[in-house]
Amino acid sequence: MSGSNLHPGLNLGARHGSAHEGAETVVFGFWIFLMSDLVIFGLVFASYLTVANPLGMAGGPGPADAFDLRSIFVQTMILLTSSLTFGFATLALRHEKGRTVIAGWLGVTLLLGLAFLTLELRDFAHMIEVGAVPQRSGFWSAFWGLVPLHGLHVALGCLWIAVMLAQMALLGLVPVVKTRLLRLGLFWHFLDLIWVAIFSIVYLGGLMP
Amino acid sequence: MSDPDHRSEARLYLAGFGLALTLTLVPFGLVHWGLMQGKALAITIAVLAVAQIVVHLRFFLHIDLSRQKREDLQLILFTVLLLGIMAFGTLWIMGNLATRM
Amino acid sequence: MTDPIFGRLDLSSLSVWRAFQDPSLSELIGAGAAMAVILGALATLALLTWIRLWGPLWRDWLTSVDHKRIGIMYCALALIMLARGVIEGVLMRTQQAFGLHGGFLTPDHFSELFSTHGTIMIFFVAMPFIAGVINYVMPLQIGARDMAFPVMNQISLGLTATGAALVMISLVLGEFSTGGWANYPPYTGADFQPGPGPDYWIWSIVLAGIGTTLSGINFAVTIYKERAPGMHFLRMPIFCWTVICTSIIMIFALPPLTVAALMLAADRYLDFHFFTNDLGGNMMNYVNLFWLFGHPEVYLLVIPAYGVFSEVISTYSGKRIYGYMSMVYATMSIAVLSFCVWLHHFFTMGQSANINAAFGIASMAIAVPTGVKIYNWLATIFRGRVRMTVPMIYATGFFYLFVIGGLTGVMLANPVISYQVHNTLFLVAHFHNVIIPGVLFGLLAGYHYWFPKAFGFRLHEGWGRAAALLWIVGFSFTFLPLYWLGLQGMPRRSASFGDPSFQPMLWLALFGGMLILAALGSLMLQLWVSIRNRVQLAVPLGDPWNGRSLEWSIPSPPPAYNFALLPQVLDRDDFAEAKASGRAYAEPAVYEDIEMPDNTAIGMIVCVCSTLMGLALVFWIWWLAVLSLGVMVVSLIGRTFRTDLSHVIPAAQIAAEHRAWLARVRAAPAVDRLAETHDRNRGRAMPERPFAAGAAE
Ligand code: HEM
Ligand SMILES: [Cu+2]
Repeated sequence: MSGSNLHPGLNLGARHGSAHEGAETVVFGFWIFLMSDLVIFGLVFASYLTVANPLGMAGGPGPADAFDLRSIFVQTMILLTSSLTFGFATLALRHEKGRTVIAGWLGVTLLLGLAFLTLELRDFAHMIEVGAVPQRSGFWSAFWGLVPLHGLHVALGCLWIAVMLAQMALLGLVPVVKTRLLRLGLFWHFLDLIWVAIFSIVYLGGLMP
Repeated sequence: MSDPDHRSEARLYLAGFGLALTLTLVPFGLVHWGLMQGKALAITIAVLAVAQIVVHLRFFLHIDLSRQKREDLQLILFTVLLLGIMAFGTLWIMGNLATRM
Repeated sequence: MTDPIFGRLDLSSLSVWRAFQDPSLSELIGAGAAMAVILGALATLALLTWIRLWGPLWRDWLTSVDHKRIGIMYCALALIMLARGVIEGVLMRTQQAFGLHGGFLTPDHFSELFSTHGTIMIFFVAMPFIAGVINYVMPLQIGARDMAFPVMNQISLGLTATGAALVMISLVLGEFSTGGWANYPPYTGADFQPGPGPDYWIWSIVLAGIGTTLSGINFAVTIYKERAPGMHFLRMPIFCWTVICTSIIMIFALPPLTVAALMLAADRYLDFHFFTNDLGGNMMNYVNLFWLFGHPEVYLLVIPAYGVFSEVISTYSGKRIYGYMSMVYATMSIAVLSFCVWLHHFFTMGQSANINAAFGIASMAIAVPTGVKIYNWLATIFRGRVRMTVPMIYATGFFYLFVIGGLTGVMLANPVISYQVHNTLFLVAHFHNVIIPGVLFGLLAGYHYWFPKAFGFRLHEGWGRAAALLWIVGFSFTFLPLYWLGLQGMPRRSASFGDPSFQPMLWLALFGGMLILAALGSLMLQLWVSIRNRVQLAVPLGDPWNGRSLEWSIPSPPPAYNFALLPQVLDRDDFAEAKASGRAYAEPAVYEDIEMPDNTAIGMIVCVCSTLMGLALVFWIWWLAVLSLGVMVVSLIGRTFRTDLSHVIPAAQIAAEHRAWLARVRAAPAVDRLAETHDRNRGRAMPERPFAAGAAE
């Protein structure tokens, strides 16, 4: 049975007993939630694209006036690395490496997430400085509807990591905690996936020569 | 990281990370140094992004084609179908309206 | 200026105060409605205190996570809102009947009426009614003990109730949007409607919409993961198939609405330019996003109604549903096609003829699977042993009227015709023509059909028939004349008109409206009479209609855990097969302990907090918005730190209850279908040959 998967994504594996079985329903449910969220993002992207043109910019600043490719690159690296560190946390969970190892990787992920948010906020501050504010044009409204929406998700992910660290400390690695960690992992990787679309469409697309 | 299972799985994550890294560096480099222009660049960025998304799905989210349980893949493909209809429909309609104003 | 404590809430927000200042008939009607809400609420509170129901209400209902109770609460919410919606509809009919150069309502008041009426009917009547029936029936039909996520289910209900509460509160405080149920900007933007109206719309829709999305996830996971052993997908009752399709729509079509409404909120609150006239805003994208939701939404509503009709027609014809597989395919293709046709709601927006043609053809294509279903139902009835009970009367009305609505729909799918009649009463006639005979009749049929399951007694047959006939006739008088008026060019949403030739048809429509009011009254009377006669009408043994699916194989009302032992399903229409082959009502060899989730107050906390948050956002009371959101989030997170959230029902108790019920079943006489609606019917059905085993197919 150890090779059998009950749900999409990385499974805890049969040695985790009831946590593994309990994961089937909740993880499947969480996948569906993510797909619903994906539709939200997809439509915000589509709306962004409909105004990413001179008409939508209404004579205001354009992407080249406000984006900082170097900062975006650093943010991308941070988020990508955090996906890796979360992956290590999941593996430590799956292979029962103990609470400290899991918490360690989660802690690193949390720090990376916060670093990402800090840089993103700095970028936003710069945009406000140059007048790339949502009140300026339809284009900037769409930008501020899209990228901070992702940032908000990352912030919620950070909050969730913190909650899970607390639960691991207070409750131990009981089945619900394990399945929550699995779902948190999906959420985190999903955010990185959205970010790939953001840096490709919004930033690289906006700064194309 | 003693047991072999763990180590090979960690290696898979690292492989995914390496691929994703490459697929990030290339488009950033292309834009930063202005190595390509216009439509060609846009298409390249799009292809690389899709490739990277597939890499994430495969190595981080562990979605693949080989299992008996296919609910995950079906769910994702179905979502992509619906989202495709909605997003491309939106671009089509709004794009057409923009040209007719 | 806004006050730091009360935001923009002040004395003039009170509609009663406004009527005091300006006692015109229009304002007085508004104030009367507000007083009705306030007095209704106070009377309910007083009554609950008087008969000491607070304890049971809290323990057995508001904190319950039982899918059956949640389902019943959804239906109760829907029926209450239905009363308001129908009254508003008839009020509008009255206004228009007297609307030649005037009428008694101001144009603004009339606009508010069609906006609340549309919003309420779609989001707080049809949706909760559907969610309620699904909640009650689906887990029983697939042989599950509860939803996959019982607590989330309770939260969904809480959020839906929040949305309804906000619309009700808008009668008392401030006013509702005048922008119609679709609330198109820029008219609903801050420039043209700076007041609280559109904000009420936004927050009630967004909060209830989140609840609906969560419901969709819950339904889908329940069907995927909680089916009883042997209940393969292709053994499920058709109703469950329709639930899958509806949940797909809930999961994927609510996001566009959420996106559109939140973007509109950003425009209104933060001066964004998503949909404004100036600075690169694009209001056409709102229309696009709204109907990306809106069209699938109408199928979200009607598909479960198809499911109900499938169950009803099959049961009361004593036959298997004809063409099971084609029903499944038809339902699935309707669900997917429903995502491909949204543009038919704005053929006239200005896009090219090619796009219009593409969407027009796609829209017409939906008629094909729908037609398949109609023929399947007819074939199911054909040579069945049909009993014209109340649900079958609704089904008959549905056949006649829904086909008319469908055909006018195919007409409207033709862009050329749409250019002529869009925004006229022709459209109003069309969508009421599909929504009332389709959705509402379906749900009312389901209400009569499953009521005995839920409460252990049947609804009074006579009053039910009267109500059904009044609905059918009343509908026809109210809405069929509107086709004519629309073709004559009378615009929808007009408070008054100048062409006297419209008048006769409008009077006819008002007459129909009166019949519909009578239908509503008959429904209420029926409930009252049935409760009074519940002893004669009792069907505790559980199977009053010679049912075919698992929900009829357990007592009425069912125990909290539904099935003493999870059924082992061997066939489609398993209970009918079990009765025919004599394996029904068997006593299991062993009983097992059952673990069930504990009650929780979290749904109520979410409901109260989100209502306060919605109100605070509407009136710019920022501290309250932050506070209530904070309390909600902290309670939700706090709950996840608890792990002892279920209790065990001992096997001995289950065995005792189940054996007692089985003994009563065995002792009871089996009732022939001719006596179905007689007092003799106690819920044990006599097996019928040759129809019972589906041999007639
Ligand atoms: C039962 C009796 C009903 C009556 C008498 C009634 C009457 C009306 C009237 C007079 C209007 C305004 C038409 C206009 O624009 O000139 C209207 C609009 C509408 N009704 Fe009904 N209706 C009824 C039931 C329903 C039901 C059951 C639903 C849906 C479940 C519904 C959904 C709507 C919607 C969505 C609108 C459009 C609102 C808008 O213009 O934004 N109605 N109805
Ligand atoms: Cu439509």
